[in-house]
Amino acid sequence: MNTVTEVKGRSLWSDARRRFFQNKAAVAGLIALTAIVLISFIGPFFAVWSFEEIDWNTMGSAATLGRPSFETGHFFGTDDLGRDIYSRVLQGTQISLKVGVIGAAIAVIVGTVYGTVAGYVGGRTDQIMMRIVDILMSIPFMFVLILLLVIFGRSETMIFVGIGMLAWLDMSRIVRGQTLTLKNKEFVEAARATGVNTPTIIRRHIVPNLLGIVAIYATLLVPLMILTESFISFLGLGVQEPNTSWGALISEGAGTIRYDTEWQLLFPLAFFVVTLFSFFFIGDGLRDALDPKDR
Amino acid sequence: MLNYTFRRVLVAIPTLLILIVITFLLMHSAPGGPFTSERPLPPQVLANIEAKYGLDDPLFVQLWNYLKGIVLHFDFGPSFVKKSQTVNDIIAQGFPITLTYGGLSFIFATLIGGALGVVAAIRKNTFIDYFAVGISIGAQVLPNFVMAPLLVWLFTLTLGWLPGGGWNDGALPNLVMPVIALATSYMASIARITRSSMLEVLNSNYIRTARAKGLPERTVILRHALKPSLVPLISYLGVAFVGMVTGSVIIDVYFSTGGLGQSFVNSALSRDYSVMMGVTILLGSLTVLFALLADLLYAWVDPKIRY
Repeated sequence: MNTVTEVKGRSLWSDARRRFFQNKAAVAGLIALTAIVLISFIGPFFAVWSFEEIDWNTMGSAATLGRPSFETGHFFGTDDLGRDIYSRVLQGTQISLKVGVIGAAIAVIVGTVYGTVAGYVGGRTDQIMMRIVDILMSIPFMFVLILLLVIFGRSETMIFVGIGMLAWLDMSRIVRGQTLTLKNKEFVEAARATGVNTPTIIRRHIVPNLLGIVAIYATLLVPLMILTESFISFLGLGVQEPNTSWGALISEGAGTIRYDTEWQLLFPLAFFVVTLFSFFFIGDGLRDALDPKDR
Repeated sequence: MLNYTFRRVLVAIPTLLILIVITFLLMHSAPGGPFTSERPLPPQVLANIEAKYGLDDPLFVQLWNYLKGIVLHFDFGPSFVKKSQTVNDIIAQGFPITLTYGGLSFIFATLIGGALGVVAAIRKNTFIDYFAVGISIGAQVLPNFVMAPLLVWLFTLTLGWLPGGGWNDGALPNLVMPVIALATSYMASIARITRSSMLEVLNSNYIRTARAKGLPERTVILRHALKPSLVPLISYLGVAFVGMVTGSVIIDVYFSTGGLGQSFVNSALSRDYSVMMGVTILLGSLTVLFALLADLLYAWVDPKIRY
């Protein structure tokens, strides 16, 4: 009797997943990124040298003895102080990714809350809140961030908070725009008519519908955060020794490039470039998958 | 238009004031004054120095005097570390340099990026298009601090064509690498924006009309399509400008060009607060002014834009 098979509903998210996995560049990005994350966490178990240990044999003669080789255990070579680039790149990868993800998370949370409130409440509140964003946006935040780091010390928390707090502005604009269109939809009107209070409407009806666009911009924010951190570390104002990050490693490699030690630049650069590419491709893939405009 | 200009300027003024106040307050919340050193000065001497620089006044009075100095005399006060120089001296030294290669990069990025975008759009799905799109995707991950060492590696160490740094009064060989390093990623973004807006314009009805009435393709593009396709670019130019001002810090540090960025980083490392403040405020004001100009230009070019 029951031969009719149940038709499986297709939700927005399963549709999006299908579209995302059809995008080759995005899938390649996802695979590359997963590989890099795995390497950065599993790789240290295979390292012969730790990231702060100094190999006194190669110290001072990195150009000859510090070449990448399996015999010495320095897979990626050593830096000028005789430290193992392999371990340092892995450690730098962890820190850069951490800064990227946490910085983006802070920006996403602050930006989403600010944008939804401004967009939903509207009127004068909205105008004032957005004017503040306008004003903050025209301040060159890189300089302010460097000021913050110089004044309050170069702690990791300061970098996270500084980068995150300064990057929420775009997010809040995007979210506000989206909220404005959602606010006048029938289901919100229905919720309001049945007497649901404003905080609950925002939490239950507005925010879930923002998730798609927030996810897209969050993926695109991560590489921007990584770029910002690298910029600061390149100037020697970011993470502190013995910890390192891609920016710091690229800066060291760039500084010693004149001494025939190009592996000091190329290995961290390769990780940096592949990761940024991956994030951009994943972000593009997500946009194509989730943005209803292009369907 | 006049009304819009007026309102837009009204927003720019508080922005500048807020920038100055934030920088000032940040500097004064720094632990330790500019004259605290490892060997403490005798209290009387310290008091005298602080009186000379006006550091014993209440914070509000100091802020007021600082603001007055900037607004009335364009005076950023003395440097706290280099005793013989004022902040104005330091700015006067570095600013022309930053302006020279920054301006050249800006022109370079806009012209080349714009041309690349337009050509890519006209020759859509040909080799030229793929080439332009490839460059613009690749350059996303080649910010100035990656481009700079790669360029040195190629042009100085491998080919030996260009000097690896220095300013040399802006001689051409010294300018090439800073300009390319600074311009590349913005050139790529400009190419991408121009390409997509040009494609949109080329698909619009009035272009079809122009073609239908038999105009040569050349006239269609130069006379009808080019101008409107450059409109979205204007709003990005503000962003590119800010990015290049910030990027000049990297250029100065890596190529030792001696511009404002170098003064900024040196003062950050030696905690010369007044120089940091001066440079931040100067470059900040420039970006605010440039954003203002870009917005006004945008409103002038595209009359549909009204806020």
